[in-house]
Amino acid sequence: MLTAPVIVIASFAYLGLLFAIAYYGDKRADDGRSIIANPYIFALSLAVYCTSWTFYGSVGRAATSGIGFLPIYLGPTLMAALWWYVMLKIIRISKQNRITSIADFIASRYGKSQMLGGLVTIIAVVGVIPYIALQLKAISNTFSIVLHDPEMAMADKQSTPLFLGDNTFYIAMLLAAFTILFGTRHLDATERHEGLVAAVAFESLVKLLAFIAVGLFVTFWLYDGFGDIFERAAQVPELVPLLTFGGAAGNYTTWAALTFLSMAAIMFLPRQWQVTVVENVDERHLTKAIWLFPLYLLAINVFVLPIALGGLMHFPNGTVDADTFVLTLPMAENTLWLALFAFIGGLSAATGMVIVETIALSTMVCNDLVMPVLLRMKGLRLTERRDLSGLLLGIRRGAIVLILVLGYLYFYLAGEAYALVSIGLISFSAVAQFAPAIIGGIFWKGGTRTGAVCGLAAGFLVWIYTLLLPSFAKSGWLPINFLSQGMFGIDLFKPQQLFGLSGLDDITHCLFWSMLANIGCYMAVSLAKGPSAAEHGQATVFVDALRQSGATAGPRLWRGSASVNDLLALLGRFLGPERAREAFETYARGRGARSIEALAADASLVHHTESLLAGAIGSASARVMVASVVAEEPLGLDEVMNIIDEASQVLAYSRQLEQKSHELEAATNELRGANQRLQELDRLKDDFISTVTHELRTPLTSIRAFSEILKDNPSLDESQRTKFLGIIIKESERLTRLINQVLDLAKIESGNAEWHTSEIDMREVVDDAVAAVSQMLKENSVQLEINVPQGLPTIVADRDRLMQVMLNLLSNAAKFCKRGDGRVSVTLARQDHVLRVDVTDNGAGVSDSDKEVIFEKFRQVGDTLTDRPQGTGLGLPICRQIIHHFGGSLWVESQPGQGATFSFILPLQRAAGRMPLAA
Amino acid sequence: MTRPSIKGQRLVALFLLGFLLLNYPLLNLFAGSGHVLGVPVLYAYVFAVWALLIGLMALVVEERSD
Repeated sequence: MLTAPVIVIASFAYLGLLFAIAYYGDKRADDGRSIIANPYIFALSLAVYCTSWTFYGSVGRAATSGIGFLPIYLGPTLMAALWWYVMLKIIRISKQNRITSIADFIASRYGKSQMLGGLVTIIAVVGVIPYIALQLKAISNTFSIVLHDPEMAMADKQSTPLFLGDNTFYIAMLLAAFTILFGTRHLDATERHEGLVAAVAFESLVKLLAFIAVGLFVTFWLYDGFGDIFERAAQVPELVPLLTFGGAAGNYTTWAALTFLSMAAIMFLPRQWQVTVVENVDERHLTKAIWLFPLYLLAINVFVLPIALGGLMHFPNGTVDADTFVLTLPMAENTLWLALFAFIGGLSAATGMVIVETIALSTMVCNDLVMPVLLRMKGLRLTERRDLSGLLLGIRRGAIVLILVLGYLYFYLAGEAYALVSIGLISFSAVAQFAPAIIGGIFWKGGTRTGAVCGLAAGFLVWIYTLLLPSFAKSGWLPINFLSQGMFGIDLFKPQQLFGLSGLDDITHCLFWSMLANIGCYMAVSLAKGPSAAEHGQATVFVDALRQSGATAGPRLWRGSASVNDLLALLGRFLGPERAREAFETYARGRGARSIEALAADASLVHHTESLLAGAIGSASARVMVASVVAEEPLGLDEVMNIIDEASQVLAYSRQLEQKSHELEAATNELRGANQRLQELDRLKDDFISTVTHELRTPLTSIRAFSEILKDNPSLDESQRTKFLGIIIKESERLTRLINQVLDLAKIESGNAEWHTSEIDMREVVDDAVAAVSQMLKENSVQLEINVPQGLPTIVADRDRLMQVMLNLLSNAAKFCKRGDGRVSVTLARQDHVLRVDVTDNGAGVSDSDKEVIFEKFRQVGDTLTDRPQGTGLGLPICRQIIHHFGGSLWVESQPGQGATFSFILPLQRAAGRMPLAA
Repeated sequence: MTRPSIKGQRLVALFLLGFLLLNYPLLNLFAGSGHVLGVPVLYAYVFAVWALLIGLMALVVEERSD
């Protein structure tokens, strides 16, 4: 006989074992040697899908509807085949964006909407509460059955008082405590719980073995194998319908509806999301789970019908609830060890579900419901608190307790009216409401936030009206005529025959109307008004998740400025300063930066911070928090479109190419220009050389010619000889002068000239120059006028060079002024910061076109054929070089026929600046 | 996993196959009475299809494409 102490001790020992496994798993994870990083553990953890519903409820369902229990497992099997496209994508999106719950996923997909996250959380919590009630009911029932062994007493809840007088309440609170210990010991940005997964996988193994043990016991101990059971059942008239389709099994519509429901449930139940998406270590585990997980489902279902038939035949008068056959059959045969094993198996199934489900829900409640509200309440000043991790854990623990209390209340209020499976199906129908928003969200870019909100809300309301409220009505908590007459007594509003639709069972009926409302609203509203910029951005991130490389997925959509310390401080407030620092250091190492300080607060870091935060407080809140420290520039619609649209990516790429080719073209043009200048310079050099040689040849030719005359005609008279020798000497002098000037110019141009700068008085230079040319002026009978004011400042320059310039200008003036009536004036003046010298003549002047030409080398104005060149053609170029050297400029002003004025200026600044140094 | 897309397509094909085999009208062909090796034909059929699907999915997923 199983006594209460034995059962309680066994239960606690089992829970203790689980806790030890979880502890070990966490420890190994901290050491970096994960025990869950293999596909088998992953597939086993997915089997958290099999709860008390499967363990006890399937048999109960099979006892009334034969094969009708199976679609719940065929659906996931079929769905697993689609995981390659659906689940893999969801996992990748979630990893890229640090999404930790369904609410987060949907909110994030539709523009990080807090409202949507909250709505999804509410649907999930309300929807899953019946499911948790189911587990409580199963534990409570079986507990009371084993306690009353061997009487087979069925539990009768209505006679027990609420809460403290009820064992079930203590079970609920015990589970809450256990869940808190398991799931919320510390906060992790990834929300991963390796120890928990290890424990859940272990539980999956225990419940499978327990169920198979009972199955083998019934099939081969009580009966003589499968054939025997079915043969005997076929002889009982009431059992015959269970062996075929139709009748009790419902119709094909129900069959297909349940298949669809379970396909949605296997992905969108919060606990399935938790183990499949959040706790996934490696995508490859999922691919293996595609067949491993259905295999588990097959294994745990093989014996359902034999146990059901065995139970029905064993307890023919219906005194025993078929939901408890798994336990009561071994008890009836007095194989107490098996009964205890079965009880532990059932406990495994229930606790595994409750723990994972409430952890997943508490994360959602905290991140997507409570925190966004708290953060908005300015009075709480949460955004200024340094460490919020304690608050976060507190909220989650509170949420876990609250969810279990709600589950208990539902169990207490409505649990009696339904069998286990029927309660579970209510929850399945609720989470199926997520399917349009999620599946639409990852394959269709057109879905909008408003569309998702409308769809979810509509589907949820229909679900409440057609399934949840009737479940209250059937339990007597709402007037029963609500069911038979409809709301307000209007026939069309009968909750289970809405608008007169009859012929469907309640689940199919609800599924049809809620999906019609959900998908209809989602699509219609989405299509009515296209997505906004932010929505479009997120849509692309989600829909194209498999095409993008991870690194570029998020940060492209961000522009703005932030500081590393602000981000670190922000993260520290939610994760705790140490964990935040660790996270940043890891990030820095990944980036090849030496330390956190070496990090740049670029878009990528901001995105990383946001996704770390998203793990702790949900993506919508994370965005708000990050925005509070980041001066984000608003992103215009056009810009977003440009950045994210695939077409515009190509466009942007080609634009880049275009820009690059423009740059290349510009560089080519520059090169071509430089080349042209080089060629020009080369040509000028050639010109220069040929001009120089030409200029040198002219005097040489005359020297040679006169020398030959003198040699060939020794009889030349003295006067002739003297004249010719004079020419030779003059030409030689000219040649020397020319060579000197060429050398001089070459030196100046190449920067090798020697300069002897000193402080000089320009007046002296002018006087000396005038004195030097006075003879020449006299010879040409030129009148000279000198205007030199008193008190001019001195300048710093090379006296001899300036002398050279003055001589050149004066001799030019003398040479080109009017024959016979020449006048030359020299004017010295101070203008602001420069000293100006003008040398004016009254000659023929310089035409406009020649004003620059005369400063070129070997360019002499005038008809070189008729006029003998009177200079070397290098004087003015040299003058200009000299003046340039001292920072001044030399130019000519002239009207043809009115004379010309050659002017140069020299800066005084240099002198003023240098004087103190010299002093 | 060098040719992931072909695997994905094969799995989708298996999904379609399974959906067809396990729903009306094909399922109806096996919905009546009758036994295969002592097991009602409906159960034998559904579990056989189920096992076959899992086997094929395993084949597709585990195939080494290198």
